[in-house]
Amino acid sequence: MTEQAKEQEWPLWEVFIRSKAGLDHKHCGSVHASDSEMAMEAARDVYTRRSEGISIWVVPSNAITASKPEDKESLFEPADDKIYRHPTFYDIPKGAGKM
Amino acid sequence: MYGDTSIQKPIEIAEPTSEEQARLEEIFQQKIDDNIKIEPQEWMPDAYRKTLVRQMSQHAHSEVIGMQPEGNWLSRAPSLRRKVILLAKIQDEGGHGLYIYSAAETLGTTRAKMIEQLQTGKAKYSSIFNYPALSWADMGTIGWLVDGAAITNQVALSRGSYGPYSRAMIRICKEESFHQRQGYELLLTLSRGSDEQKEMLQESVNRFWWPSLMMFGPNDADSPHSAQSMKWKIKKKSNDQLRQEFIDATVPQAEFLGITLPDPDLKWNEERGHYDYGQIDWEEFGNVINGNGPCNKQRVAAHLKAHEEGAWVREAAGAYAEKQQKKQVA
Ligand SMILES: [Fe+2]
Ligand SMILES: [Fe+2]
Repeated sequence: MTEQAKEQEWPLWEVFIRSKAGLDHKHCGSVHASDSEMAMEAARDVYTRRSEGISIWVVPSNAITASKPEDKESLFEPADDKIYRHPTFYDIPKGAGKM
Repeated sequence: MYGDTSIQKPIEIAEPTSEEQARLEEIFQQKIDDNIKIEPQEWMPDAYRKTLVRQMSQHAHSEVIGMQPEGNWLSRAPSLRRKVILLAKIQDEGGHGLYIYSAAETLGTTRAKMIEQLQTGKAKYSSIFNYPALSWADMGTIGWLVDGAAITNQVALSRGSYGPYSRAMIRICKEESFHQRQGYELLLTLSRGSDEQKEMLQESVNRFWWPSLMMFGPNDADSPHSAQSMKWKIKKKSNDQLRQEFIDATVPQAEFLGITLPDPDLKWNEERGHYDYGQIDWEEFGNVINGNGPCNKQRVAAHLKAHEEGAWVREAAGAYAEKQQKKQVA
């Protein structure tokens, strides 16, 4: 590797943007930056050049704990057979009015 | 070239080494066939990962190197209006590079490694950016033809199977339309100008037409390992399909500009419902890709220079962050 590649990379930050008031922050990508302030500036420049956002979160990538794809079944499948958790499970006669 | 790596040695596809591996491959292909996107932490064949890393890094490099021919004209823009437009367009291209680098990093490669491969010539970038921008008209032609070809490619890529790449492409496609329109508008202005301006316009299109067609990569017959990329939906349409789409969309726009395209064989084929076009000079393409285009050395040298001259900024920012951290701990 050359000198530049050996040069230590800045930490990676995940970027989340709230596109307008009332909506959730949504993940949109990542930036490299030496600290949170620089991450914020980079996120602004990279991901909001056309008023795509009104609020930004930057989070160190290594601070995120993600579920593993192989745990998908044990985590999410138990919900699949609990159809009684949905309103459509219940028959309400028309006469009862809007519910 | 944005979506085609067939000019390089194919990435070998290993036979599954165990039953477990074969099962995983089957599940993987089933997901692709069912149009379920593949996300970073999921199991994927080694060659799928490698092919994507190569294609995405090549794509990101193209965006970044692509800033150079246009950057060259910033100080000579004829009006403030044109200058801010060009500046915004170039900044977008830098942004595009960053979206794709960020997406490529989800596959386990590093930014530093990708940059190193660009600077040592191990990684390629689109051949088109090894042509010089010689006149102001080129700023329009690049937007119209080069970004136009890029859009054709990127729309197809936005439907690709790898989640982060596909999302980056959707973001990029939203921005590209401005690039093409500002270029075409610039050319329209020239087309209504003096004789010299009209001449400058025609001359620019003459130079950029064929290299723009080369952007889609070799003919399908000469791109045999594209088939695997199609099967994995890394590639959604073949090189020739995309090229044809681009030509069909572009010829009427050329007519509207009142210019000719430098191909005597270009004509509407009623039966096919497409334009026929002449032979592309693949020898020129090979030369440019392999380092002998008019600007190859200059482009990489400029990237290297900017990178080296920025080293002290990176060092200083790193030192500052470290100091702040120590203060916080104390
Ligand atoms: Fe771009
Ligand atoms: Fe563009």
